[in-house]
Amino acid sequence: MSGARLDLEGVTKHFRGLRAVHDVSFTVPAGAIHALIGPNGAGKTTIFNMIAGVFAPNGGVVRLDGKAISGLRPDLICDAGVGRTFQLVKPFKGLSVLENVTVGALHRKPRLAEAQDSAAAILSRLGLYDRRHQLAESLTLPDRKRLEVARALATEPKLLLLDEVMAGLRPTEVDVMVGFLRELNQRTGLTILLIEHVMRAVMALAAEVVVVSYGEKIAEGTPLEITRHQGVLDVYLGEQEEL
Amino acid sequence: MSFVRRLAGNAPPRILWSLAILLALLLVAPAVLGKYWLSVLILILYFAFVGQAWNIMMGFAGQLSLGHALYAGLGGYIAAGLYFHYGIGPWAGLFAGVAVAVLAGAIVGYLGFRFSLAGVYFALLTIAFAEFTRLAFDHWQWAGGSGGLFLKVEHATDIVNLRGGPVLFYYVILALAAGAFILCRALLRSRLGQYWLAIREDAEAAQAVGVPVLRCKMIAIVISAALTALAGVWNAFYYNNLFPETAFAMGRSIEITLAPIIGGLGTLFGPIVGAVVLTGLGEAFTDLGDVLRIPGIKQIFYGLALLVIVMYRPAGVWPWLANKLGLTERQS
Repeated sequence: MSGARLDLEGVTKHFRGLRAVHDVSFTVPAGAIHALIGPNGAGKTTIFNMIAGVFAPNGGVVRLDGKAISGLRPDLICDAGVGRTFQLVKPFKGLSVLENVTVGALHRKPRLAEAQDSAAAILSRLGLYDRRHQLAESLTLPDRKRLEVARALATEPKLLLLDEVMAGLRPTEVDVMVGFLRELNQRTGLTILLIEHVMRAVMALAAEVVVVSYGEKIAEGTPLEITRHQGVLDVYLGEQEEL
Repeated sequence: MSFVRRLAGNAPPRILWSLAILLALLLVAPAVLGKYWLSVLILILYFAFVGQAWNIMMGFAGQLSLGHALYAGLGGYIAAGLYFHYGIGPWAGLFAGVAVAVLAGAIVGYLGFRFSLAGVYFALLTIAFAEFTRLAFDHWQWAGGSGGLFLKVEHATDIVNLRGGPVLFYYVILALAAGAFILCRALLRSRLGQYWLAIREDAEAAQAVGVPVLRCKMIAIVISAALTALAGVWNAFYYNNLFPETAFAMGRSIEITLAPIIGGLGTLFGPIVGAVVLTGLGEAFTDLGDVLRIPGIKQIFYGLALLVIVMYRPAGVWPWLANKLGLTERQS
């Protein structure tokens, strides 16, 4: 498992005249961790959905290691090496925790026994091993977030898209997740793009941050640069009125 | 042997022993049982078999079909028609019957799944296909039209043409039910089976982890239709008559769904347990009706019993029973 480079080139998406994402371009180099931030409704999840193949962009192209993947079906994009979590978690509720992750593992390991072994290994790294026989619907929200990450990792992605996996976690739990992701990234070189509102996590993980507002990219840079960027401050805090 | 071992997987030995004993008992049953009890057992096995077939679609892949009479009817009609008109025996005819049913299933499935009809809308599509096939058969003279298609009743056993008494049909349906059980067990322990469960739970999340959703759903409906068509062939040669009004009836479709729903959707033992419970209740209430001499009392009690089971065991009888027997490793 190693990371893949992600390129968005002028990606645009309209929903019946509503301009959800307009002409967004950015690059995440192989093995890097970048964050995508912006106010609610800025189009972050729409960008994720275009990368993951839920919808095809109206314009522009998404490339994974140089190969265009935009417009492919989600299962083929998973095939190409993109793993994603859902902001509103989507566990397979009626299945056990182990079965949830096994489904992901079966993608690369068609034999059930091998897929179960690899799922169990991922669960223990995320601290869910003891709950492997519980139904997913019985998990608490933080555990469901962990399950989302585990299931996506089981598909052995080269690029991991994390949609607000820290939301709802306590600060100590955020630190654990941050530690896990950083270790994962360092050990495997997995490329990670995260949508995150928890700035503690963004600051700790992301080498670079892309800021979107009203569907457009308004800034890009290191976390430190972003916190000093006037456009970003305007978007988040409201424009300063002249006194 | 390795196939058997893989099939057994992590099943507890006492389950395997119980199944072996059950199979042995079922194999010697015709020698012991009288005519009546044999006919009850035949009914149980029939419902266990079609229930298993329907369960693949609804219980595993989560796609509600309320038109499975379509596949049973097509299978039965094609095989019976070929025998009636050209003397082609059912062992050959079943291939034609299954092929036609599979084609019908593929058409229903493609229309429904390609255009993302979900839940009740998909169910309506399945009903529509069964209904207009019923109307078509009403007017199709080759198949006997609305007057029905009749096979000559013969008592001499003729395995080649599937003619004979109840014992022959008993062993055939036993083989089918056992085969379907083993097939479903193997499917559930395969990648395809796990993918079905994922689709049932959340198709979007399944697709995001690489599940080719449309293809998996198509395979589910095709396997389900093929098995149901086999049940239809068996049914036609067992009862020796076919009418569009019953073969493609809504009631026939509903009947197919009951055993797995009562027994436990998506479980391997559900259709079997459900078939035992339903057939048992049906026979008991028929007897009660005969004793009380009140017309319609059977249907009322039968309906009430189903109501009580669904109210108190909404997940079905088997999951509850399995829990009582300590056979489940999942915790809730």
